[in-house]
Amino acid sequence: MKIKFKEKRILMDKKEIKRTIERLSTEIIVDNPDIESLCIIGIRKRGDILAKRLFKILEKRTPWEIKVGVMDITLYRDDLTIYGPKPIIGSTDFPCPIDGKEVLLVDDVFYTGRTVRSALDEIMDYGRPISVRLAVMVNRGGRELPISPDYTGISVELKDKEEVQVLFEEIDGEESVKIVEVKRGSK
Amino acid sequence: MDPNRKDLLGIQDLSKDEIEEILKTAESMEEILKRPIKIAPTLRGITVANLFLEPSTRTLNSFVLAEKRLSADTINISASSSSVLKGETLLDTAKNIEAMEVDMIVVRHSAPGTPHFLADRLKASIINAGDGCHEHPTQALLDLMTIKKKFSTFKNLQVAVIGDIKHSRVSRSLFSGLNKMGAKVTVCAPPTLLPLWLEPFEVDFQYSLEKTLPGKNILYILRIQKERQEESFFPSLREYVKNYALTYEKLEKFASPDVVIMHPGPINRGIEIESRIADSKYSLILDQVTSGVAVRMSILYLLSKRKLDGLKN
Repeated sequence: MKIKFKEKRILMDKKEIKRTIERLSTEIIVDNPDIESLCIIGIRKRGDILAKRLFKILEKRTPWEIKVGVMDITLYRDDLTIYGPKPIIGSTDFPCPIDGKEVLLVDDVFYTGRTVRSALDEIMDYGRPISVRLAVMVNRGGRELPISPDYTGISVELKDKEEVQVLFEEIDGEESVKIVEVKRGSK
Repeated sequence: MDPNRKDLLGIQDLSKDEIEEILKTAESMEEILKRPIKIAPTLRGITVANLFLEPSTRTLNSFVLAEKRLSADTINISASSSSVLKGETLLDTAKNIEAMEVDMIVVRHSAPGTPHFLADRLKASIINAGDGCHEHPTQALLDLMTIKKKFSTFKNLQVAVIGDIKHSRVSRSLFSGLNKMGAKVTVCAPPTLLPLWLEPFEVDFQYSLEKTLPGKNILYILRIQKERQEESFFPSLREYVKNYALTYEKLEKFASPDVVIMHPGPINRGIEIESRIADSKYSLILDQVTSGVAVRMSILYLLSKRKLDGLKN
């Protein structure tokens, strides 16, 4: 089955993405006046890029000791279903031991909360952080678990068959957040 | 991996892409092995039976560890502790195991074709952990992973396989894998230990160890499998050792200085390999064992079929 996307509207362009990431950084700084260090962990693939951008800004604007890492939650998913091709597993790379650390988890789109649930499980296998916060670019609604983001770039409500795409220059060659309509063809 | 693939029976039926996928996944699995808590929940709810009807330490324990690292439930059955001793047939034993809702069976047996026989008759996924002199695919895959980690490519690598090729299931799987990945293979053994089944593989032949050693990147040493030799293939073990054992002296004299030594184990020190080589800087023998757990995790993950219908995404 082939899936086609039809572009419906653009939520953010390059400038707005930049401004939103700046705003998220400010919120994180204001919210955490007392911390000394922070471990930012991006969820593959696009959370990883967002994490690195937050890192660059926070590093300049705070005296915190900040480390940035990446995690792949494939092995912790609850939907490794039957007979489908298996998702390719990327590596997880935590920059430092996370015991007793403040952790900021970063992803591009927040939907059901299941990805974050997987990420939390994986983090707990590495250690016992003091706290874990969640920052996302887009909250598209539709959560299925009692998990929600602490820092949100933009919240949208979607109609049936609509999806959000976050595109970053590093992997997609363009910089935008847009709503697309999903068309599932038979071929 | 072909999504319809149920079993892993041999390297011969794997495509180059599938081998690459297994190796790539294994690299990610290796990362789990370095964590403080070496376990991921990926195979939670999957039950794996290890049916080992031939002795094994490395392969069995490597499989058991791989299964546990991915949170699968495991049972181990060996010939001496099972009803096979009371005269139960292999198929009956396997069917009884399957009747206990086992999802995957890892099988080792002295008869070639045993995994294929079971794969045709059972719904569970079958993983070949060595069938007689036929194939030992997980060993070949862990060898390929060890090579990839050391050399990062297979192209134009010169590999010499030395020793009892005729009785080695490892070598058949290895030749198949190395051919597919594009490495160049030379075999070196007494003519009596070079079997006819080598014909379909792209390998060069050499009867002299001295002539084999120069210019090779990897020397893969095989054990003399006395337990499988029903007749005599060389006049005496002493003569074999004189001509074909890899000694430190020969290694330093003929082989290139950055050569690496591999061996599937168990090693017979002083027979096919001089004792101190096994412990030397040339040796990758223990790296092979480490790769083994990661490769087996990768295979278990890629073959696992979870019964979770009706989930979105």
